[in-house]
Amino acid sequence: MSSPDPTHTPQPAPLTPAPLTPASPPPSDTDPARVSNQSGHSQAGSVSLGEAARAGRAARAGRAGGIHSLLATELAMLFRRWRTWAMLAALALIPMLIAIAIRIAGSSSPGRGPGFLDQIAGNGLFVGMTALVVAMPLFLPLTIAVVAGDTIAGEASLGTLRYLLIAPAGRLRLLVVKFAGAAVFCLVAALTVVIVGTLIGWALFPIGPVTLLSGGQVSVGEGLLRFLAIAAYVCVSLLGLSAIGLCLSTLTTVPVGAMAATAILAVSAQIAGAIPQLEWLHPWLFTDRWFDFADLLRSPPSWASFGENLLLQGAYLLVFGGLAAWRMVTKDVLS
Amino acid sequence: MTDLAIETQGLTKRFGAQTAVDGIDLAVPRGAVYGFLGPNGSGKTTTIRMLLGLVRPTSGAARVLGTEMPRGLEAVLPRVGALVEGPAFAPFLSGEANLRRFDSADRHASPSTRGARVDEALERVGLAHAAHKKAGAYSLGMKQRLGLANALLMPRDLLVLDEPTNGLDPQGTREVRSLVRTFAADGTTVFVSSHLLAEIEQLCTHVGVMSAGRLVAQGTLDEFRNAGAARVELRTPDVARAREVLERLGLRTEAEASVIDATDASGEGPAPDEIVAALVAAGVRVHGFTVREESLEERFVELTGEGFDVVA
Repeated sequence: MSSPDPTHTPQPAPLTPAPLTPASPPPSDTDPARVSNQSGHSQAGSVSLGEAARAGRAARAGRAGGIHSLLATELAMLFRRWRTWAMLAALALIPMLIAIAIRIAGSSSPGRGPGFLDQIAGNGLFVGMTALVVAMPLFLPLTIAVVAGDTIAGEASLGTLRYLLIAPAGRLRLLVVKFAGAAVFCLVAALTVVIVGTLIGWALFPIGPVTLLSGGQVSVGEGLLRFLAIAAYVCVSLLGLSAIGLCLSTLTTVPVGAMAATAILAVSAQIAGAIPQLEWLHPWLFTDRWFDFADLLRSPPSWASFGENLLLQGAYLLVFGGLAAWRMVTKDVLS
Repeated sequence: MTDLAIETQGLTKRFGAQTAVDGIDLAVPRGAVYGFLGPNGSGKTTTIRMLLGLVRPTSGAARVLGTEMPRGLEAVLPRVGALVEGPAFAPFLSGEANLRRFDSADRHASPSTRGARVDEALERVGLAHAAHKKAGAYSLGMKQRLGLANALLMPRDLLVLDEPTNGLDPQGTREVRSLVRTFAADGTTVFVSSHLLAEIEQLCTHVGVMSAGRLVAQGTLDEFRNAGAARVELRTPDVARAREVLERLGLRTEAEASVIDATDASGEGPAPDEIVAALVAAGVRVHGFTVREESLEERFVELTGEGFDVVA
């Protein structure tokens, strides 16, 4: 047993017998003869049963930790990971690269490059939108695949799944918390791209009223609100993928496998969506509405695609969430 | 409330064609320290996983603290502390953060006392000074201690400890033993799986032995030891006369120089003092007389076989 501090003598501290005893000791234990007889075994002497019962009551007293308690630790764990911050930093890099490139090389001509690119030089607020268009096909789904694919399989590979379940976390409760954690990451990822994009655009370019797709203009304030709505749209878009990742994650103890499969599905769905011969399939793809967020930049904003996207993602959540729940409840935890 | 903390009837688990646990009937009395013995691959851990609701039995029933498992696990598991197949933690979280996380997974655990309980558990296993170190940087023994601390976060009625001294140094092993004794003294039932026989011998009141998925023996430690043949060892210059006396008493003898090994295969032979009296009466000069209790290891090997190969 090594000590972290070299000046510290590497001597393990003793396992001190201290008061921590069952809340409701079996009745036979109240027999004083037996208690005094057995306490002879313990080195520092055992505790009185009254004290033990009090300790037991104290531990279970008060409001028990609800699901929010587990969710809070789940989020703390997610955002205490170096990996999470690295992925968010990579996402933040996208608008930064776009803005710096345009600042140095000058504006691109209309119609070339990703959507909104030609608008940036005129209005820096569009950096965030351009970055979303760039990040949506691969970068965002990739980060979601990592987080969602890791949910259950990551715990299984660490071996912590068994300890969470015997705590007992409750299998469905744990699954819900894990999905909620992934959903929060979807929102944070979308907001990172939009907010960093808006800020860097603000810093490097002139800003002004936002020109909408239909030609009209809205104030900077309303423009920013619409950008936030777009971030919400992107977050919703990624929920279906998160549910798929969660489901795959319950099938394996190898997190990388679940992550890769989720990412591959995200790309495959987009490829299928780009093949006209598969048009009958398109409305059923979870990626079908991914790029319709620009509808929120119409005048008045068209919420129809938001609603349809919500419905589509909800259906995926229901199907894959249901499969994940079924698998989670029935599976033998051998990891 | 029954007087059994763990009770199974015909508990069976099959993985495909392989039967990992084959119809075992465990009976662990409340307040006992039950040593669950068996060679590697004999089904100990699968049994423990079934008791804790991690694995669904193929058939048979299990009751833990009087409640049917896995149906009652939400009610039972908060009263059970467990170490299953080695400790496991998120390596990027500190030891303390890992314990807080497991504690928050238990909805019966009060958040208001969480900090105090985590600190106390860390203190008890001697990890207070390493509480804020990342669990990934812990040594094997420290992880084992942290795993024990996790089992001690709440007051428990039952502790299920799978190989609790695995990876611990001799001090750590002794401390675990004293810790287990403390719990037993307080009335907590302790179910310890191990293949370290010396450890079981020093700790346990009851023993169950698994072999190839079956429970081949179960009972108190004394019953278990005495089930084997009793042996006495006699040192005497009068070998021939002594053998004659011993054989007349119904013992099987083997002699080597001046040492006679006498075995009471039936288990119903004379008491040691009667043997000595008979020898002396026959004029045998007794230079040394030893009653050899069969060691747990001998008994264990007798039950589970000699082979080194893991039963597949």
